[in-house]
Amino acid sequence: MIKAEWFYWLIAAFFLAVGFMVMRDQTNPKRWASGTFWGLLGICFPYSGFVESGHAPAWPLGIAVIAIALLAGTGQLRSGTAEHTTAPEERERLADRFGNKLFIPVLAIPVVTALFATVGKDVKIGGQPLLEPGSETVIGLGASALIAVLIGMWVLHVRKPSVPLHEGRRLTENIGWAAVLPQLLAMLGLVFATAGVGDAIGKSAQHILPSGSLLAAVVVYCLGMAVFTIIMGNAFAAFPVMTAAIGYPLLIQHYNGNPGLVFAVGMLAGYCGTLCTPMAANFNIVPVALLRLKNDYSVIRTQIPTAVPLLACNVAIMYFLAFRNH
Amino acid sequence: MLVLLGVLLVVVGFALRLNAMLVVTVSGIVTGFLGGMSPMDILNAFGTGFATSRSIVIFLLVLPVIGLVERCGLQEQSRRLIGKLGKLTAGRVLAAYLVVRQITCALGLLSIGGHAQSVRPIVAPMAEAAAEKKYGRVPERVSERIRALAASTDNVGSFFGEDIFVAVGAVLLITSFVDATYHFKLAPLQVALWAIPSALCALLIHGVRMLRLDRQLARELRDHVPDDEPAEEQGATQVAAPAKGVTG
Repeated sequence: MIKAEWFYWLIAAFFLAVGFMVMRDQTNPKRWASGTFWGLLGICFPYSGFVESGHAPAWPLGIAVIAIALLAGTGQLRSGTAEHTTAPEERERLADRFGNKLFIPVLAIPVVTALFATVGKDVKIGGQPLLEPGSETVIGLGASALIAVLIGMWVLHVRKPSVPLHEGRRLTENIGWAAVLPQLLAMLGLVFATAGVGDAIGKSAQHILPSGSLLAAVVVYCLGMAVFTIIMGNAFAAFPVMTAAIGYPLLIQHYNGNPGLVFAVGMLAGYCGTLCTPMAANFNIVPVALLRLKNDYSVIRTQIPTAVPLLACNVAIMYFLAFRNH
Repeated sequence: MLVLLGVLLVVVGFALRLNAMLVVTVSGIVTGFLGGMSPMDILNAFGTGFATSRSIVIFLLVLPVIGLVERCGLQEQSRRLIGKLGKLTAGRVLAAYLVVRQITCALGLLSIGGHAQSVRPIVAPMAEAAAEKKYGRVPERVSERIRALAASTDNVGSFFGEDIFVAVGAVLLITSFVDATYHFKLAPLQVALWAIPSALCALLIHGVRMLRLDRQLARELRDHVPDDEPAEEQGATQVAAPAKGVTG
């Protein structure tokens, strides 16, 4: 059986390799601290596997993560000045040579991922599923990345595996600490949940709600989902809280709404919040780094004009369609 | 209610543009203490949170192949391809990607697109090249906006497509939560079905915005003199800018 854990080990190896290359990079003014950042991250990944399976305590990982955050937060993470890649003129020349063949490795990623998601998850070998159940997406994306590298090296006549490794390191250094931010935010979400932030917000939502108005209840539920998602960065964290505070007791029990509709649209109202928050770093901050945008909030800024009317649509859909039998 | 101070800390930290890694770590520690957690509880929560969210980072494995093809001229080739397709404008490239992304996500193929695997190598350079084809080199501010919109389109398309697919995390989270807590017997299909009206609204709102982008660019870049065209031909370029799309 192919396990997701293998790909986390692969990520770990990649981070360790990046850390090693960074430490050897003379053009990096903080090569030791920067290399430590990536190396420490590399060690955290396999260790996390033992934490998840209950074979190791979680607190050493907590300390390591705080160390990683401090390294990045105090400006110790830098990248080298030398660009280990081709110059623009050379790229024009290579584009002349390879033409549309360049798309083959990139298109291999969706094709292989789709194969894993559709056919792969049903394959059984000796009664055992080929892919670890519940991890098909992680395995599919990891495996397609590996297969695409091999196809890329073949199509583009690259013999040395160090070439894609260096390019990967270049892009990873470009992203910098934004690569770990989504995980840090997931940690924060867990602390928020344990410390009772959700209950506090749910109670305040109940307080501001005027009684006797269906429209007000729908608006507070949808708006609450969006606002709570903006705070937590994740609609999945907001859903149980807002549903326990308003969705279930008021919209379902009191106003007798259609549960499937109320819950589906409530979740999507939360997604409108995801479009507006830096807390959803993997969607809104990582692309800023990947596309090398100047302003950290560029992506969010272009999403707000879609998110606001869409939230209004969700309120309208719920108000007009969920309570029609009464 | 005291724990909400931790939330306030995050909001203020982000608003002041302090380093996000520090803001998040400090807020986590403060919130934990305010919520009555011991230092050991907080460290354990940090560790568990990191360990259980590793799947977010798996997209990094795609970077070596993306870097490899970029090294060999992928972004340049994406631009050339757009140059050959005369009718494609920046807005139409993005609107088309929105439709494709939403449909594939609705079919359960969430991770076939994304910021690392499709936006950076293909969609963003194509949208930018489509604008450059018409206006020559565009100002930095416009190029930044077009690239940011490419990322936005990926987000809108995936968020409001994936929930139509019954076996996706969000739908299963809803059904498992309400079934366990309130003793419903909610079928995933009942939830997924009602994601369709919102998905259509998202397609309409964001799609119209993208198609209007072309008119906005035409207006904004009316007086823009591209580097690679003689100035006297400017009038002709400007009139030829398409005025298609929705009123506004």
